[in-house]
Amino acid sequence: MGEQLPRVRVVDAYKDFGSVQALRGVSFEILAGEVVLVIGPSGSGKSTMLRAVNRLEPLTSGDIWIDEDHVTGPDTDIRKIREEVGMVFQSFNLFPHLTACRNIMLGPMTVKGTPKEQAEREARALLKRVGLSDKEHSYPGKLSGGQQQRVAIARALAMGPKVMLFDEPTSALDPEMIKEVLDVMLDLARDGMTMVVVSHEMGFAKAAADRVVFMDEGEIVEIGPPIQFFESPVQDRTKRFLEHIL
Amino acid sequence: MAEVNEKRSIGVSDGALIPDRAEKTLFSAWRISFFGALILLGALPLISPDPFWEIIKFIPDGILRTFQVTVLSIIFALIIGLFTGLGRISRSPVINRIATIYVEVVRGIPLLVQLFYIYFALGQFVRVPRLVAAVIAMSFCYGAYMGEIFRAGLQSIPKGQMEAALALGLSRGQAIRKVILPQTFRIILPPVGNEFIALLKDSSLVSILAVSDLLRRGREYASRTFEYFETYTIVALVYLVLTLFLSKLVAKMEERLTRQDRS
Ligand SMILES: Nc1ncnc2c1ncn2[C@@H]1O[C@H](COP(=O)(O)OP(=O)(O)OP(=O)(O)O)[C@@H](O)[C@H]1O
Ligand SMILES: [Mg+2]
Repeated sequence: MGEQLPRVRVVDAYKDFGSVQALRGVSFEILAGEVVLVIGPSGSGKSTMLRAVNRLEPLTSGDIWIDEDHVTGPDTDIRKIREEVGMVFQSFNLFPHLTACRNIMLGPMTVKGTPKEQAEREARALLKRVGLSDKEHSYPGKLSGGQQQRVAIARALAMGPKVMLFDEPTSALDPEMIKEVLDVMLDLARDGMTMVVVSHEMGFAKAAADRVVFMDEGEIVEIGPPIQFFESPVQDRTKRFLEHIL
Repeated sequence: MAEVNEKRSIGVSDGALIPDRAEKTLFSAWRISFFGALILLGALPLISPDPFWEIIKFIPDGILRTFQVTVLSIIFALIIGLFTGLGRISRSPVINRIATIYVEVVRGIPLLVQLFYIYFALGQFVRVPRLVAAVIAMSFCYGAYMGEIFRAGLQSIPKGQMEAALALGLSRGQAIRKVILPQTFRIILPPVGNEFIALLKDSSLVSILAVSDLLRRGREYASRTFEYFETYTIVALVYLVLTLFLSKLVAKMEERLTRQDRS
């Protein structure tokens, strides 16, 4: 592949919240089709970093590119970029006034002007893909956490994204529902989706991640392939953190 | 979804007229009041047709006028309230300030004074028909109260809803229209319903501008015949039936929305 342009490129990203420095010079690149797991202690800037990629959180300084699109550029039409970047939240954030199917149809119909019939067809296919064909007409309030999160993934996929961002997608779930969500994510990863996943699910990391990123205090401390990362970390901070969570 | 249910009870209103949903017995307070008033309205003219039947023939024009003022004012107050609420949460400081000043000023002046002001004081410069002045004053006043209800409702929608919509590529405007407002309407229905009822009752104030609403018609009749007791009894009963009917309607709508999408 040689000179392949990275799918996501973050260069020297800084983010201040008042006196709190959430990001302090973060740089990394993610190739198309790569699955990257981000771990780190609470408050280390994982969510901030993820949310900077689709500019839900604008950076204080630094640059982000998705393919050749300059996310942080002042004249960039951020909505065009957000269409291509799917995001899945810890708290699902499904639209409670819409059925599962309508949740998925909203984006394509509103943003892309997809005709209703087509949007509905695609939504059904996506619901099938996440194993929820029978929940088409259910409102989010009637779905379990795991089901809601799978609908949320389908909703993001409906826009045909080239990158998917996951911010702790399973940490609000009861243990017995984690697997059904991780299975959907694994399926996506095998399908070649480019994914950035903030999660402490080591099983997922070992099964699907190409690289693991460890963040602490707004910086990237260490990056490596999962086996090397978990079995022989280089940095002391990484070792201490891994002892803590494993 | 306990969280949603908590959110629904944004306390803004005087609530007393919204029937308690637990109260489903045959002799609920609502039923006794509503049917009691209806029976009285039917029975009084039969018992003594002389004043009562005459009164009942005299006031329907007034009911129609009251209805007109109320419905028009509700529509305009809702529109003003929507934009005021959006203004109150706007990120533009100028818009925000304008909306806030409007709310503060209007809430600081009694409705009766506002009615006088728009019809008599401003009337020195622009003469508008009484009915128009009445509707303007009522809408202007209730728009501010509705604005506060809209604001509270909008702010009660979790931040994640806007973020999820933006992340899909929706503009802020699209997100507000498709995601935030539909949820807001459900939440604010009970307090808005209470405002409807309050507005219906307050519409009797417009009789002071000689708009011949229900109260004014009653007054005209009574001052001609000196049958004050009989006339105002009928007027009060008609208001009671109207407000109780409206409150039931609001409660039914609320019930339907609640049933539709809650677990
Ligand atoms: N909107 C905000 N306003 C102020 N401070 C914020 C805001 N968002 C994040 N922060 C701060 O920035 C730092 C990084 O937060 P961030 O949410 O990115 O951490 P995180 O690694 O995702 O943590 P967690 O594992 O708890 O989710 C924290 O100190 C946090 O308090
Ligand atoms: Mg976080």
